Amino acid sequence: MAVRDVMDREIGDVILDVRNISLRFGGVKALSDISFDVREHEIRAIIGPNGAGKSSMLNCINGVYQPQEGSISLRGQTFRHMNSRQVAEMGVARTFQNLALFKGMSVLDNIMTGRNLKMRTNLFQQAIRFGAAEREETAHRLVVEGIIDFLEIQAYRKTPVGKMPYGLQKRVDLGRALAMEPEVLLLDEPMAGMNVEEKQDMSRFILDVNDEFGTTIVLIEHDMGVVMDISDRVVVLDYGRKIGDGSPDEVRANADVISAYLGTATH
Amino acid sequence: MGSFLETLFGGLMVGMLYSLIALGFVLIYKASGVFNFAQGAMVLFAALAMARFAEWIPQLTGLNNKLIDNTIAFVLAALVMVVVAWLIQKLVLGRLVNQDGITLLMATLGITYFLEGAGQAIFGNSIYKIDIGMPKDPVFIFESTFPGGLLVNKEDLYAAVIAALLVAVLALFFQKTSTGRALRAVADDHQAAQSIGIPLDRIWVIVWAVAGIVALVAGVIWGSKLGVQFSLSLVALKALPVVILGGLTSIPGAIIGGLIIGVGEKLSEIYLGPMLGGGIEIWFAYVLALGFLLVRPQGLFGEKIIDRV
Repeated sequence: MAVRDVMDREIGDVILDVRNISLRFGGVKALSDISFDVREHEIRAIIGPNGAGKSSMLNCINGVYQPQEGSISLRGQTFRHMNSRQVAEMGVARTFQNLALFKGMSVLDNIMTGRNLKMRTNLFQQAIRFGAAEREETAHRLVVEGIIDFLEIQAYRKTPVGKMPYGLQKRVDLGRALAMEPEVLLLDEPMAGMNVEEKQDMSRFILDVNDEFGTTIVLIEHDMGVVMDISDRVVVLDYGRKIGDGSPDEVRANADVISAYLGTATH
Repeated sequence: MGSFLETLFGGLMVGMLYSLIALGFVLIYKASGVFNFAQGAMVLFAALAMARFAEWIPQLTGLNNKLIDNTIAFVLAALVMVVVAWLIQKLVLGRLVNQDGITLLMATLGITYFLEGAGQAIFGNSIYKIDIGMPKDPVFIFESTFPGGLLVNKEDLYAAVIAALLVAVLALFFQKTSTGRALRAVADDHQAAQSIGIPLDRIWVIVWAVAGIVALVAGVIWGSKLGVQFSLSLVALKALPVVILGGLTSIPGAIIGGLIIGVGEKLSEIYLGPMLGGGIEIWFAYVLALGFLLVRPQGLFGEKIIDRV
């Protein structure tokens, strides 16, 4: 995988700002005082060993968890006590680590659900398939077909996702999030459980999404290698604390990061 | 052969009605994980509303066209069920999000008593008639294929057609509209549905409203057959074995389960009745459900629950 050329994309201003987030579950501190920012159009990775708090961080941004302290703002707009639907309305989409697809539904239907927020017709118009509802469905269908082509899953269009191979289900998950045309895309371990080939495909899709649609991407990954190749900047978490932040090269050279990943005798 | 087919037909008709009530259970269970004990009370409430509206409208407006009166009464009763759905979500279930299944079940038990009480307080507690002009006379069908043909009740035939139409409309709604797609999405995975911006509370109101309208149709059909009275809410007890048989999460399961139980109880009454002393119809469904619980607890079409250890 080639190290990406950062020059052709314009990394913009800070779009997502995470300030002093602390999250506790009863007595367990999942996150303590985490701050970092995400700039427009960049690929920002959050890495760390198991139990470092990566998924908790993502769930805070996504509105699944409400952190006890700190603030998260998107384009300067702070959101507190928002549920994931309200966060979705603000233009944040996500994928899931343990696939949360609608298993009984076809690939097409799964991705179409991602257009839900953009649907404007009401129940009664849909019920009688009145002109507007019909036109709307067709317009959204076109977008979705574009995404299906982009992700190279044309052959599976009508297949129930539960019957698809795991690697392809991951693509459908990505497709559903893309259908929301998000400003910020949160990817929760997009390459978990994949083989090398599938990982390369997924990396390519992530880079293409970033390049072609200019989507800002926040991604959590366990696998250091892949992340270092595709990310612009990396945050490293360990035991709920931030231990590193910077370009892949800086992070790779950081002594705390090395000891968190490899263990160290001097503790 | 003729009498066997007549029994079979009779069973299918009754089964169709069981299916309708079971459908209400399944819709709500699939979308929200709530086992709605109040489905029977909703049938009673809806039927009472329909019966009384049909009675009041000619009195108030002087309109004496049965078709128009019944249509207005039906629409009004449907609106009442939508409001009931909205109130249940706002006042009860909306406040119990993320609670245990047993808590939600108990809440619907409370809703049951409330609806039974409120329904009789608002609409009265005697026996009312719903007369939607279904012909009561029996007819012979298939006279050319069988000697003597088959004797079926015209009313049952109409009821079966209405029930089948309702199921077809629901299937279209679920498969072809974007709201239907959102409903299916919520049924599959709440968390994921919320993350793509599907509003759970609105979806649940829609599901309860749909279940309410299904209850209304079931109530109208049963009511026009047997009259609207308190015992109507007990019909729902017959739907419990249906959902056990068909699987709590399967819409086709509810329909096929209803038909199996309807046919099963009629056939067993005729063919096993003489041997076992009759009265089989009353307990047949429950015993069949018990057998299913022992052998295939997820039902015919339900999802098998596999826990990771």
